[in-house]
Amino acid sequence: MSQFQLEIQLVASVVAAVCALPGAFLILRKMAMMSDAISHAILPGIVIAFFLTESLSSPLLIMGGALTGLLTVALVEWLRKTNLVREDAAIGLVFSTLFAIGIIMIAQFARDVHLDTDAVLLGELAFVPFDRLIIAGRDIGPQALYSSGSVGLLCAGFITLFYKELKLSTFDSALATTLGFIPGVLHYLLMGFVSMTAVAAFDAVGSVLVIALMIGPPASAYLLTNRLSRMLIYSVLLAIIAAITGYWLAYLLNASIAGCMAVMVGVQFGILFCIAPQQGLLSTRARQRNQRWQFAIKMLVIHLMQHENTPEAVQECRIDHLQDHLEWEEAFAEGVISRAASQKLLRTVGETLELTPSGRQLAQEAIVHI
Amino acid sequence: MEQFFNDYTLRTVVLGATILGGVSGVLGTFVVLRQQSLLGDAVSHAAFPGIGITFILTGSKVPLILMVGAGISGWLATAVILLITTHSRIKYDTALGLILSVFFGVGLVLMTFIQKSPNANQAGLDSFLFGQVASLVVQDVITMTVMGAIALVIVLLFWKEFKLLAFDREFAHSLVLPVRGLDFGLTTLVVIAIIIGLQTVGVVLMSAMIIAPAVAARQWTDRLGVMTILAMCMGALSGAGGVIFSISAPNLPTGPIIVMCATAIVGISLTAAPHRGILWQWIRRSLQNRKLRSEAVLMDLFDLARTHDSLEYPHMERALRVIYPQTGTLRRQLSRLEGKGLVSKKENGAWALTPSGVQLCHRLVNERIQ
Repeated sequence: MSQFQLEIQLVASVVAAVCALPGAFLILRKMAMMSDAISHAILPGIVIAFFLTESLSSPLLIMGGALTGLLTVALVEWLRKTNLVREDAAIGLVFSTLFAIGIIMIAQFARDVHLDTDAVLLGELAFVPFDRLIIAGRDIGPQALYSSGSVGLLCAGFITLFYKELKLSTFDSALATTLGFIPGVLHYLLMGFVSMTAVAAFDAVGSVLVIALMIGPPASAYLLTNRLSRMLIYSVLLAIIAAITGYWLAYLLNASIAGCMAVMVGVQFGILFCIAPQQGLLSTRARQRNQRWQFAIKMLVIHLMQHENTPEAVQECRIDHLQDHLEWEEAFAEGVISRAASQKLLRTVGETLELTPSGRQLAQEAIVHI
Repeated sequence: MEQFFNDYTLRTVVLGATILGGVSGVLGTFVVLRQQSLLGDAVSHAAFPGIGITFILTGSKVPLILMVGAGISGWLATAVILLITTHSRIKYDTALGLILSVFFGVGLVLMTFIQKSPNANQAGLDSFLFGQVASLVVQDVITMTVMGAIALVIVLLFWKEFKLLAFDREFAHSLVLPVRGLDFGLTTLVVIAIIIGLQTVGVVLMSAMIIAPAVAARQWTDRLGVMTILAMCMGALSGAGGVIFSISAPNLPTGPIIVMCATAIVGISLTAAPHRGILWQWIRRSLQNRKLRSEAVLMDLFDLARTHDSLEYPHMERALRVIYPQTGTLRRQLSRLEGKGLVSKKENGAWALTPSGVQLCHRLVNERIQ
């Protein structure tokens, strides 16, 4: 592995991790699509700042992008408040207009400025190591590493400092307001960080795939845990895994690195969607199946208890009677009986079923619950 | 303008953009009313990998074949979004953003993969990103017209079903209408509208063509039929206007200019539309305020007069100025009331209610009691 490859992977990991932090709050606040809006809408801000500085990773660029991002949020809010446009349409209108303005600006300045629309939309991680940060004549690494790294540090600092405020305003914004936490300010601060992250990440991965990095790893992490702190940590870890595996996938296919990172984000989510311990498709299905058996066993023990020590017991507690009385298929009835028997809730005596003491206890408890 | 009527290519391009605008306006109406604006955005991004896969499989660049691929992939994205939201706790917006960006990432990987493969016939595939309206040929316009016409005929055939679906889904369900089937049908039509537009404005700005005409049309009317026709006309107008405007100056990219035209129509509609528009709201509110202010002065005169034996008892301006310290405001209200014949000025400069003023005061008192 050459230094070049190492640097690309390092930048990819840092960018992915930095995106995941504000992304986690976005998906919890049901504002995931704001990442779509902001990542597109920052384009005119970037173009203007780029026109002034001629560099894709100057702090001014990040400021310009962040301001445009906040402008987007404010415009969406204002449109929504006029009650003329619903929020989803407002988001769609604002960001596509700003994006169109950005592209028109690029086309106008095309002769003077080296910035093309493909680069903005798609990014190119492979070129990132060529843009070096040189301080006092010494080369200290790719510039993108420092720009996204410093945004990441700021963002991590913000989250640590305002952790409980963010947590409360995310999960119960009404309570946060009554406690005087001004969720509005927090909201705009968070959106500011989303914008800054989007700017810092876009020259590496492009404005569309920023969305994948902001939403994907936190969404996967959301399937793994119910705790905010763990969700943040898992998001960052998953983002780094997606970045590195994405790099090697791109290496194998000789394709776009950013694209492959997005693919790995998707693969990661797909896998966790199926096998996540609590929330995954498989465990949900297994839980549902298990509940079905448990319910059937309860039905059976209640049925047996009802008829215990009565003259009909001989008739009612026969195995083949269950099929008529509880309308169970033969195979299902046998499954229930064998499961109940292995849990020592009942035993078979010839053709009839008899409750054990623990089976009787379960039936009594179940009746109370039902 | 003369150039326009003589230039065959230009006529083709204008026709194509007009058809695109019209069709997306009609289908956008339903998208916006059903609050699925961002779904349009997701579908248009998600159509991107379909183009790449179709090209790899068939090696063809015939727009119709690529459009089918794009359509299948866009439609698949909506199915996956539905799968994720129904089988996990991931929210709709998160699923939307995730699928949008991951599908786009897959498309990007395919596109870079194709570009680096020895098959050199790929030129022009990436025009789907931003659209390349200038590349439209008569054959494309015929394809667009046929597909658009099919979509519009289907909308007409299922008009009342779609109308019900847009406004009262539960009621449609209770009428045993196949709601899911209709959902599917409408989504498919939207996918068709989007892939028609991909060639012209590209995946990123296509969502604006869906949302903008419908949002603009919504401001002018409360009737679905009128709104649909208006949206069609506005969409067509922005398509044609965008093309003509973009050739009028050098370096104006057509897709973004079309979007800006649509946005301008939205801006005009939001400001000037009767009843709903911002300007209208503002005028109504200031008229209301003016009326309330002069009614307040009238009622004060009435209250003062009630302490005397006649309701037409005159009072000096000084007495009123205790209530209204700003002289200007009070004078303006009094002269306005005098103009309406509700108060009159006596020789000594005192103001008194006229009989019709007293009558109005009685009515206002009654209204306020109720």
